[in-house]
Amino acid sequence: METTTASQTGKKRRFKSSHRRKDGYKLLLAALPFVLIAFAFSYVPLFGWIYAFFDYHPGIPLSKTPFSGLDRFREMFSDPWMGPVLMNTLALSFLSILTAPIPMLFAIMVSEVRSGWFKRLVQTVSTLPHYISWIIVYALAFSMFSTEGAVNTFLMKLGLGGAPVDVLGNYERVWTVQTLLLLWKSVGWSAIIYLAAIVSIDSEQYDAAKVDGAGRRRTIWHITLPSIMPTFIVLLLLSISNLLSAGFEQYLVFSNVMVADRIEVLDLYVYRLGLVTGDYSYSTAVGMFKSIISIVLLFTVNLLSKKFRGQGIV
Amino acid sequence: MNTTTATKPAAVASKPERRKRPIDYKDLTFNFFNYLLLTVLVLATIYPFYYIFIYSISDSIQAQKGVTFWPAGFSLEAYQTTVKLPGIMDAAIVSLSRTVVGTLITVFCCSFFAYLITKEELPFRKAIYRFVLVTMYFNAGFIPWYLTMKTYGLQNSFLLYVLPTALAGFNVILIKTFIEQLPASLEESAKIDGAGYFKIYTSIIFPLSMPIIATIAVFAAVGQWNTWFDNYFLVENPKLQTLQLVLYNFLNQSSNLSNATTEQLNRGDLVRTLTPQSIRMAITMLVTLPIVLVYPMLQRYFVKGIMMGAVKG
Repeated sequence: METTTASQTGKKRRFKSSHRRKDGYKLLLAALPFVLIAFAFSYVPLFGWIYAFFDYHPGIPLSKTPFSGLDRFREMFSDPWMGPVLMNTLALSFLSILTAPIPMLFAIMVSEVRSGWFKRLVQTVSTLPHYISWIIVYALAFSMFSTEGAVNTFLMKLGLGGAPVDVLGNYERVWTVQTLLLLWKSVGWSAIIYLAAIVSIDSEQYDAAKVDGAGRRRTIWHITLPSIMPTFIVLLLLSISNLLSAGFEQYLVFSNVMVADRIEVLDLYVYRLGLVTGDYSYSTAVGMFKSIISIVLLFTVNLLSKKFRGQGIV
Repeated sequence: MNTTTATKPAAVASKPERRKRPIDYKDLTFNFFNYLLLTVLVLATIYPFYYIFIYSISDSIQAQKGVTFWPAGFSLEAYQTTVKLPGIMDAAIVSLSRTVVGTLITVFCCSFFAYLITKEELPFRKAIYRFVLVTMYFNAGFIPWYLTMKTYGLQNSFLLYVLPTALAGFNVILIKTFIEQLPASLEESAKIDGAGYFKIYTSIIFPLSMPIIATIAVFAAVGQWNTWFDNYFLVENPKLQTLQLVLYNFLNQSSNLSNATTEQLNRGDLVRTLTPQSIRMAITMLVTLPIVLVYPMLQRYFVKGIMMGAVKG
């Protein structure tokens, strides 16, 4: 009896393993198209970086294009546009990092709301702007802030303010205006992750604090804030690695003659160099420079995070 | 009526505690300012949407003098004219079909791939998974993207809208995590009954993963509806124009717009009753409406999904 069962299971196992191998091939075959999709749309474009090392002009095949080595990269240092563009990019990124605590504060405020329907209303409404395109944001902002927009009309009606103010064409305030628009669009969405963190705080901590006589503000200060600080720091670090990607669509859409000089960020510059000026090689070099710095920043930040918090973020 | 509403909160709050302590004024002021501030924020978010809505249904000429809280007069002419503008209907169809087709493709690719990745029998499983995940961290840049799409012949093609977004690393992580916590016994029993992998995927895994799949479907759909970047750079064919780009062009070329509309208006006899501003509002409304309508119904659902991903991923 025993021997037969042993040989039977042995047979079964052998059968199973060959079966498994066949299954393996099947699965591999099924996975192949997806590997190809990832390759075609994410990896193949990387080969395009090669243009940065040539003096490429559209129409002439790459094989007949002179190799230029690192010339395109050297060009960046003598490019008079590079300074202002980098300045714009860093300034706008920096301003948005400055506003980073606001979603956290917003989440705390929402979590302190006791009425269920009001909480839901606030959350639903505040995340809505995340789901509309920058074009719609532009349309809304235009209807609010243009010289014939709601705000100016309202001020006129009240008899306040002399000439209508053109908020979207204000050269001096454009960074502030754009930062506020970005905040308007993203605050509710960014708050979700903090809300998740707040929900997962052990409620016993609050009960204990209450017994000790702590009020709302004290529990926020001593329990909620410290509990969500790690989340805040991770997100802050991630935003540092995105320092050079300030948000292409926003500034493309909101660009106009009055403010263009101050919101031309690196991504916008790359597009303008490439498609408007037609300088593919230089444009690719600038884009490549940006990608590489971003990756270096990401890994640096990750390393720092590992060192100080014991865990990475990537 | 008054008495019932007055007694209700008192009944909810624990009475004895209230009596022992005097009213906590600090708590009261905290609540007051918290609710006030949040209400202001809600209004600041909603008002622009409300404003374009009341403007778009106002009588065009009266609206020009300024609307604030109520529509000035009532007229649907702006919508009637907008719908008849050349290209609008085509663009709406393109936007709608890219949303439907693109979402279906993304949902299928991400979920089926995530399922395959959970199978230990899959050779090179880890390597394949990483190969896809790594795509989340790099981006070749604008010009390489542009040239690659051109090389593939996706310029002026509907496929440009729906193919490149098929597989997204982040979605795969979310679905994979979800599938992994499903009970394995379900799949095993189906296997014993002779079901193949694809059959198991369609009849067991996919239906059971509905919460996370719905989340991803909404993301994909909203993304598709909103994207105009690819259209702006690579599609010149007016038959393939998306609604977003039409809106953008309308907002940007206000002079062209007024010319075009005046011509339009002259042909009809609406001349003195419509302003370009009203049309702009109506178009904005048409582009925004699908999102505003669909989103609140699904919002709670996918907030849950994200939290799930945030906690586990």
